Amino acid sequence: MNSNIDEKFTKVEDMKTLKTHGVGHWKLQRISAIAMIPLVIWFTTSLMLTLMDGYEQSIEWLQSPFNATGLILLFGTLYFHAASGLQVVIEDYVHHEGLKIVSLILIKLIAIVLGVLSILCVLKIFL
Amino acid sequence: MAEFALPKHSKIVKGIDYPLQSESENPKKVNVYRWSPDDDENPRIDSYTIDLNDCGPMVLDALIKIKQEVDSSLTFRRSCREGICGSCSMNIDGTNTLACLKSIEDIKGDINIYPLPHMDVVKDLVPDLSKAYAQLTSVKPWLQSDSRPEEGKSRKQSPEQREKIDGLWECVLCFSCTTSCPSYWWNGDKYLGPAVLLQAYRWIADSRDENTEERLNDLEDTFKLYRCHTIMNCTKTCPKGLNPAKAIGEIKKLQLERK
Repeated sequence: MNSNIDEKFTKVEDMKTLKTHGVGHWKLQRISAIAMIPLVIWFTTSLMLTLMDGYEQSIEWLQSPFNATGLILLFGTLYFHAASGLQVVIEDYVHHEGLKIVSLILIKLIAIVLGVLSILCVLKIFL
Repeated sequence: MAEFALPKHSKIVKGIDYPLQSESENPKKVNVYRWSPDDDENPRIDSYTIDLNDCGPMVLDALIKIKQEVDSSLTFRRSCREGICGSCSMNIDGTNTLACLKSIEDIKGDINIYPLPHMDVVKDLVPDLSKAYAQLTSVKPWLQSDSRPEEGKSRKQSPEQREKIDGLWECVLCFSCTTSCPSYWWNGDKYLGPAVLLQAYRWIADSRDENTEERLNDLEDTFKLYRCHTIMNCTKTCPKGLNPAKAIGEIKKLQLERK
């Protein structure tokens, strides 16, 4: 049994090499979550007050620099928060190293593409 | 990759039924998980009906009675029988707890007893905790200090400083919390788990320890610390009423403050 413990201890000690990111990721995930509270409240309120009225009203709404800024901030935070959340889920459940790395990269790429695309759409209408 | 079939010998089968030998006004059925490494059989649930009028009040009393009077092959760890040694931790009535602190009276219906979840089983109710002990050793759970106390004197602490380790020093290392944590189930090879993190914080919070910075450096890791997703099973299950989730939260707070 003792050698078993020693062997497991060596394994536990080896875990130090796994140090990648810790507090940074945790902090950004929380900051983005908090930032989304006012942004989502503002967006759903606008959605009910103006955007439901129709196409013309929505275009007009988006042409205000304040609304366009708000929406760009919301998209940025949203995709960032979604990507960091999914990263945690993948780290939790995907134990195959190769598959894990591939899916982590994929998640980040998809978030970046969707984020850039959404922001460009806002800009196109705004400009 | 995904496994769709359970490994061989995973299915728990119905075992032997041991009825009461004599009439009783107060019978209680105890269903116990049995598995032995010596034969090639599946784990099974043996049922023992005992007379509560002739048994101590705690689940551990029932187990000892069964071992003494019915089936001496029943294997479990126990020592102090008063919640101090942490040996008799097991899953009773669906919750990880200490058999010596769990009252039979509090359990409605049959008493179902399993070993601590998600650990290898040595035999019957005895889990293999060597990995958890190795993880405990890795956080260096002892006082580290370069300074020496005054000759012949002990290291002094103010009552306020001493208060900071209340709710931490009481942990008896039964690993009920760690084995109740889903995050530890999925990533127990890399995540330290609530019991070990509470111990780590016990030394971080101790004013006499001078290695706080290095302790925090060691813990700042995606897997060792940040696999805690505040599920709170640890706090809910702790038989000593401690709050490992809060201790982990305090470590996260300290990590944030020093960055």
